[in-house]
Amino acid sequence: MLVDSPPEPRVDTAPAPPNRRALRALGLLVSVALLVLVALAGIAVGARELPLGQVWHGLFHDSGTYADVVVHDRLSRTVLGLLAGTALGLSGAVLQALTRNPLADPGLLGINAGASAAVVTAITYLGVTSLSGYVWFAFLGAALVGALVWLLGGSRGATPVRLALAGMAISAALYGYLQAVMIMDGAALDRMRFWTVGSLASATDTTIRQVLPFFVVGTVLALALARPLNAMAMGDDTARALGAHLNRTRALSMAAATLLCGAATAACGPIVFVGLMVPHAVRSFTGPDLRWILPYAAVLSPVLLLGADIVGRVVARPAEVQVGIVTAVIGGPVFLFLVRRRRTARL
Amino acid sequence: MKTSRTTLRTRGGLSFRLDPRALTVVALLLLIALAASIALIGTGDFSIPPGDVLRTLLEGGDARQEFIVTELRLPRVLVGLLVGGSLGLAGALFQSISRNPLGSPDVLGLGQGSTAGALVVIVLFSGGATQVALGALVGGLVTGLAIYLLAWKQGVHGYRLVLVGIGVSAVVTAVNGYLLTKADIVDATRAVVWMTGSLNGRDWEQVRPLLALWAVLVPLVLGQSRALRVTEMGDDVAYALGVRVERVRLLLMVSAVLLTAGATAAAGPVGFVALTAPQLARRTILPRRRGSAGAAPLGPHLMTSMVMGATLLVVADWASQQLFGADQLPVGVVTGVLGGGYLLWLLVTERRAGRI
Repeated sequence: MLVDSPPEPRVDTAPAPPNRRALRALGLLVSVALLVLVALAGIAVGARELPLGQVWHGLFHDSGTYADVVVHDRLSRTVLGLLAGTALGLSGAVLQALTRNPLADPGLLGINAGASAAVVTAITYLGVTSLSGYVWFAFLGAALVGALVWLLGGSRGATPVRLALAGMAISAALYGYLQAVMIMDGAALDRMRFWTVGSLASATDTTIRQVLPFFVVGTVLALALARPLNAMAMGDDTARALGAHLNRTRALSMAAATLLCGAATAACGPIVFVGLMVPHAVRSFTGPDLRWILPYAAVLSPVLLLGADIVGRVVARPAEVQVGIVTAVIGGPVFLFLVRRRRTARL
Repeated sequence: MKTSRTTLRTRGGLSFRLDPRALTVVALLLLIALAASIALIGTGDFSIPPGDVLRTLLEGGDARQEFIVTELRLPRVLVGLLVGGSLGLAGALFQSISRNPLGSPDVLGLGQGSTAGALVVIVLFSGGATQVALGALVGGLVTGLAIYLLAWKQGVHGYRLVLVGIGVSAVVTAVNGYLLTKADIVDATRAVVWMTGSLNGRDWEQVRPLLALWAVLVPLVLGQSRALRVTEMGDDVAYALGVRVERVRLLLMVSAVLLTAGATAAAGPVGFVALTAPQLARRTILPRRRGSAGAAPLGPHLMTSMVMGATLLVVADWASQQLFGADQLPVGVVTGVLGGGYLLWLLVTERRAGRI
């Protein structure tokens, strides 16, 4: 049998001492400053470097010069990275809290694969070509797989291994289907092979406008779930005694995670490990209180995603390495480290 | 658990355990595999009736039939049998070592590793079939080694092995995706066909290395079957019974990785055979026990899993030819679809029994 002891609730509900709270608030401010810096760097760095003064000029006094066009182009890309990063980080944090599983990540749970399979179906069989068309399919696929993994992985007594396996198995089956479709349809292959790696390069203002409502609703929902999810971390019985609505919280959490992850996947393709890494890194200095984890994850995940995007643009200049690949290469070792740590394995 | 096992004893103190049910299943599976092979040899643009196929194989026929049978279609069927057998055996080994019915080479990322090796050859060097096979072999072996080393921490435990495999597989998948975007569309199509797993155009070039691999590994692995069964009782019990757990595990994992890498090099990562064959084998051999939750042993029915894998792959290949026409869709698509359905069913039932 697998090692399988009940999770130890470690939430301190007592209010943190004031100086600790001030420290956390200060940290959040620093994180926001960091995000602004990375975003500016994201506009300045690329196949052609722009000085910060030029970035400023392009942002606020757009006069249509070549450099201003570049700034505008990179601005959409940065904004999309910002939104997608926030979405992935929040959905990862919510999924980890909901499943009480430190290894929960939209990519590892197969939600990305669900979105991919739905999108390829839409492209190949239903002739959908625009993002506004297939964003709905991405949602549908993400939601279906999310529900399936949840059912199969077991809502009660779910171990990290069981959930990860359920997600992995479903991903494997769906990727088999993807491959079959791509073999039969060369045009779909040509479109899908760029979509499935996860990239911010195709960002436009229209893309952003289309997915923005989902991001906003998902973000608000996720942030609002901090308290009930905190209660649920204590175990189902205690949570019920504390007045939490278990089923409602679970359903809303799944909805928030699906909205966020579905929107991110629809806009940039599947990106793994961001939702896994950031909440973990954040937890090490905020403690297990979701009221702090969620805002931190929302701010620091885009820092990671935009940072990875910048790295991807720089390492292979003038070509780029897609951001999904950079995050996987950075995230894999982090995942392995978490697996090898003893407490994680036992949780 | 009551199975009708009998024990043969010789005067000299040697004894063998015989399981009539398992023997019957193996014999039946071999019959099915033989029938499917003959049907498969007869199928194609130039179809040959089964009687002629048999006669050509046994005593030779007219020149044209003989060429088609022995040079074109027999090696393909042999590759199918060998690859299916290797995958079935490797799957049984991995599932037993990881103590998890889902711990198959596909889930652990070995297929992805082989794919990475093959993609490097296809995309970066535009290599031919032999180089691609070599690349796949190297990729699979390196990935297997990496997973073993990363999962090592005073021994390799089932759950850590599975999770490390999943992590490695996610990273390698991303690398594969990157390589695929770097290819031109012709290479990309070729790569995707390879990634699905196909038996099209396989000849004696692939049969010989696989046969050599089998000659070494199959006796070795089957010889460890008793030790493996004891290991499933838990490490401490196994130590007490005189099994060197870590050594047995290492030996069998290396064998399983070699079998998987060899099979993948020959036919591409054919999905789900390694996952389903051991499970089906177990289900056909063990009498069904209702309400047996908890620690039912997986039981490494190595021989049965091997034969089951070979049968599955050949039947799937035959089915894909019948359903989609000759050489239209690679066999990996059929095993993928069948395996996916089976997997969902497995997840539901095993979850109910609390075994995953």
